[in-house]
Amino acid sequence: MVTESADLPVEAAPPRAVGAFRRALDSDLFYSFRRSPLTVVAALVVLILGGSALLCSWVAPHNPFDLASLNILDSFDPPAWVDGGNWTYPLGTDDQGRDVLSAVLYGMRVSILVGFSAVGLALASGVSLGLLAGFAGGWVDTLIMRICDVLLSFPAILIAILIDGVARSVLPHDRQDEIAFSVVVLAVTVLPAVQFARTVRGSTLVERNKEYVQAARVIGVHPVTIAFRHILPNVIGPVLVIATISLAVAIINEATLSFLGLGLPLTQPSLGTLIRVGQNFLFSGEWWMILFPSLALAGLALAVNLLGDWLRDALNPKLR
Amino acid sequence: MIAFVIRRLGQSIAVMLAVGFIAFSLFSYVGDPISSMVGQDTPIADRAKLRHDLGLDDPFFVQFGRFLLRAAHGEFGISYQYGRPVQRLLAERLPATLELSFTAALLALLIGLPMGVYTGLRPESWLSRLFMTLSLIGVSLPTFLTGILLIWIFAVMLGWLPSFGRGDVVQIGGWTTGFLTLSGLKALILPSITLALFQMTLIMRLVRSEMLEVLRTDYIKFARARGLPNRLIYFGHALKNTLVPVITITGLQLGSIIAFSIITETVFQWPGMGFLIVQAIGFADVPVMACYLVLVAFFFVVINLIVDLLYYAVDPRLRLDRAGAAHGH
Amino acid sequence: MPLLEIEHLQVEFPTRRGVLRAVDDLSFSIEAGEVLGVVGESGAGKSLTGAAIIGLLEPPGRVAGGTILFNGRRIDNLPPEELRRIRGREIGAIFQDPLTSLNPLYTVGRQLIETVSVHLGLDARAARERALALLREVGIPGAEQRIDHYPHQFSGGMRQRVVIALALAANPRLVIADEPTTALDVSIQAQIIALLKRLCRDHGTAVMLVTHDMGVIAETADRVAVMYAGRVAEIGSVRDVVKSPRHPYTVGLMGAIPTIGGARDRLAQIDGAMPRVGAAPRGCAFNPRCGRVFERCRHERPELMPAGATQAACWLYDQAAAPRKEAAHG
Repeated sequence: MVTESADLPVEAAPPRAVGAFRRALDSDLFYSFRRSPLTVVAALVVLILGGSALLCSWVAPHNPFDLASLNILDSFDPPAWVDGGNWTYPLGTDDQGRDVLSAVLYGMRVSILVGFSAVGLALASGVSLGLLAGFAGGWVDTLIMRICDVLLSFPAILIAILIDGVARSVLPHDRQDEIAFSVVVLAVTVLPAVQFARTVRGSTLVERNKEYVQAARVIGVHPVTIAFRHILPNVIGPVLVIATISLAVAIINEATLSFLGLGLPLTQPSLGTLIRVGQNFLFSGEWWMILFPSLALAGLALAVNLLGDWLRDALNPKLR
Repeated sequence: MIAFVIRRLGQSIAVMLAVGFIAFSLFSYVGDPISSMVGQDTPIADRAKLRHDLGLDDPFFVQFGRFLLRAAHGEFGISYQYGRPVQRLLAERLPATLELSFTAALLALLIGLPMGVYTGLRPESWLSRLFMTLSLIGVSLPTFLTGILLIWIFAVMLGWLPSFGRGDVVQIGGWTTGFLTLSGLKALILPSITLALFQMTLIMRLVRSEMLEVLRTDYIKFARARGLPNRLIYFGHALKNTLVPVITITGLQLGSIIAFSIITETVFQWPGMGFLIVQAIGFADVPVMACYLVLVAFFFVVINLIVDLLYYAVDPRLRLDRAGAAHGH
Repeated sequence: MPLLEIEHLQVEFPTRRGVLRAVDDLSFSIEAGEVLGVVGESGAGKSLTGAAIIGLLEPPGRVAGGTILFNGRRIDNLPPEELRRIRGREIGAIFQDPLTSLNPLYTVGRQLIETVSVHLGLDARAARERALALLREVGIPGAEQRIDHYPHQFSGGMRQRVVIALALAANPRLVIADEPTTALDVSIQAQIIALLKRLCRDHGTAVMLVTHDMGVIAETADRVAVMYAGRVAEIGSVRDVVKSPRHPYTVGLMGAIPTIGGARDRLAQIDGAMPRVGAAPRGCAFNPRCGRVFERCRHERPELMPAGATQAACWLYDQAAAPRKEAAHG
C-alpha cells in the first residue's frame, strides 16, 4: 500500500516556533487525533480532572483535612439534590463530616501525584538501565536482563503488594503514615521501570550498530555522552507510548494498594483509600461515599488509557 | 533442547533461592520474634535462653540453611496472628482460592477466545466495535471497582446474589468445595466474573491483534492467491498461526489470576489465600508472608517453565534440529 | 482472442490528501502461452497491476476504472466467490519473498495437498500423489521425504520452487510472477527463471513476469511492456524493444544497462526520478526528464501508437502531426 508523505509547500520562512506549531497541527498525528471524537473527549476529561485535582487547594469548596473546619453534625449528609442534602456539601459528606467533593479532589491529586512520580521515577531509572544494558553489553547486560525477566514474569500488582508488605514489616510502625507516599510510589515504580529498561535496551542494541554511533566512538566521544545525547533521542519514541499506558496502570495499582489497606492512609487518602472506606457504608445506604471517588477513578483511568491507546495506534507504522 | 531445559531449570532454582533469601531476611528485620512470643514480664535471661534454644543465636547462613530445609518440608513456623502452623492455615484456604481461580480462568478462556477470533475476523462490524469498547472499559477499570459495581447491582439493588463469603461448602477429604451446593455456586458467580473480566478482555484483545497481524502476512496473501476458500484461510491457517503465540501468553496471564485473586477475595471477603495474605500484611504476620512469598514464587516459576516448554513444543521452527537444516539447492 | 486483456485500467488510493492514482489508463494484452515481461522502476505500478488482476488489491486501494477480460470474460467486477474460484485454478500468482509466502507452521506437503484438494477435488491419497509429482516436477530432490518438511527446512531457491509448485498446482492458464527472483542469490535466479520458463512452456501456461531486471526479461520473455508512472510507455517483442527502443525512456533504460562487450564508457543515466504516485506532471509523465521533449509533450498525454516495430506512447511517433524527422535510434 502506498503511503505518501507530501511535505507542506515551502513558504517564505515563518518564525520557527510558529512553523513547528503549524507543522504539528497539520501532522498525521494530530489529524488522527481530530478524527477520533472519543480521543478528544478523553483528552478533555484528563485535562479537566487533572487540572481540578492539581489546583484543588483553590478549586475545592472546603479543605477536608483541616480538622478545625469539620462539624460532626454534618456527617452523613447526602448529595445536594437528594432529600436532606444541601449545597454547602454538593456531593454529600462522609462519616466524619468531610465534604465528599473536596475529599475526591484532594484524593485525585494524591492519586495523580503518585502516578506521575512513579512513572517519572521509572522512566529515569528504567531508561538509564536500558541504555546501560544495551550499550555496555556483556555480563552487565545479561545480569540486568535476567533480573528484568524474572520481575516481568510476575504480575505488577503482586510485586507492588509484596514490596509494600516487606516495607511495612521492615519500617517502624509509628513512622508508617508519613512515609506511606514514598513506599507506595516505590512499590508502583518497579514494574514500569523494568518494562522501560527492556524496551530501551532492545532499541539501544539496534542503534548501537548504526553508523552514527560508530562515528561518534571513532571521534572519541565519551560513551555516556553517546548514550544520552545520541542514542536516547532515537529510542525514546516507543517508550513514551508505554509511559502513557503505564501512567494509567500506576494510578490503578496505587488505588488497588490503598483499597487493600496497604497504600495511602486516611490522613493522606487517595481515591483508593476513599473507596475502601466507602465500601463499609455501601450496605447502610450512604452510597455517595463510594460512588464519587469510584467515578473519578474510573474516569481518570479510562481517559488516560484511551489516550495511550490512541497514541500507540497513531504511532504504529504498521497500521497506517 | 535438553540444554535449554537444564538452563531454565537452573534459572528457576536460582530464582527460588533468591526468593527464599528475601523471605528469610524478613524474619531478621521484623523486630524480635521473641517479643511476640513471650509476655512482657519475662526476664531477660529467659529470653536469652529461649533465643538460644530456638537457634536464633546461630550464624546467618546456618539459620538460612535451616530455613530452607524446613521450607522444603513445607514448614514455615507459627503464624503470629493465629498462633497456628502456617502451612495448615494455607492448606485450609487453598481450595477456596483454587476453585475461584479455576472458574475464572475457564470463563476468561471460554468467552475471551471466541470474542477475540470474531473481532479479528470482522473488525468493522458493530458487534466488534461494541466488544472493543467494552473491553477497553474492562481493561481500564481496576478489579476492585468492577467487583464493587457488581456487588452494588446484584447484591444491594437486586438482591439476587450474596455479596460476601463462600456460601455452604462440602468437605471431601482435605478439600472443601463450594461446587456442590446451590449457595456455594451462587456465591461463586460474582467473584469469578470479577476475577475473569480483566483476563477475558486481555485475551480478547491479544487474540484480535494477533489475528489482524496474521491476516496481513504474505502467506495469507499467497493462500488467497491460490484460491483457498475463506473458511480454510481463517480457520486453517490464520487461527493456528494466531494461537501459537497466544497460547503461551495466555498461559502466563492465567497464572496471574492467582495474583489478582488477592484483590477479588478482599472485595468479596472470600476465605482464600489472597484474603489471608492481605490480613497478614496488615498485621505484619511474617511467617505467613514468607510462606506466601515462597509459594507464589514457586507457582510462577513453574508456570513460566511450562509455558516455555509449550512454546518449544508448538512452534516447529524452534524444534529445528541442526542436522535437518537446509542444504543444497 | 487474447487470454488476458486489460483496457484503460485505473487503480486508485483515496487518502486524506486526495485521490492518488497509481495505475493510470493502462492497457495491454497477453496471448495464451506467451510470456509477457512487465518492466519498470519501483513505484511504476507493476505489482499493483498484478494484484488488481486477481482481485487482491489491499484496501483502500481499488480499481477505479477500465476493464480486465480473461478468456473474453470480465473479471474485474465479479463477486468475491467467483473471483476466488478463478484464483489458483485459472490464474496463479507467485510473489517475491519465498520465505514469507509459505506458512511456517504447516508442512510443505500439507499446503500443496490442500491447494490440490480445493481445486481438483482429489481424495487424500490422490492429492498426496499429485503433490509428490509436483515437487518432483519443480526439481526438489528426495520428494518423498521433503514433502513432510517445514518451509524453514528448505533453502531460498528450494522454497521458491515449492512456491512455483503451489502456483501451478491446479494447472492455471496464466501465472502472474511478481519479482520471483529478486530475493534470491544471483546464481539461483537463473535456475528459477529457467524452471519457470520450462514449466510454462510444457503446460502451455502464459506468464506475466513483473520485474525491474531487464536481464531476466531478455532471457525469458516473448514480449515486454515498459511501464512508467502507472502507464505503458512502450510495448513490443523483446527483441525489438531491446535492440531498437523507440520511447526515450526505454532508450535511456537500455543505455543504462552495462554490457560486457560494449565500449567502456560511463553508463548513461536518466536525470531526475520517476514522479511519485499522484504527482505526475501534466502531459506526458516523462516530459521533465526527456531529452527530446517539445511543447506538445507538456500539455497532451500520448496514447500508445505504432513506432517502428514496437508501440510507444510518445508524440515523436505521431503520424498525424507534422512529422519531426528524427532518425530512428540505432
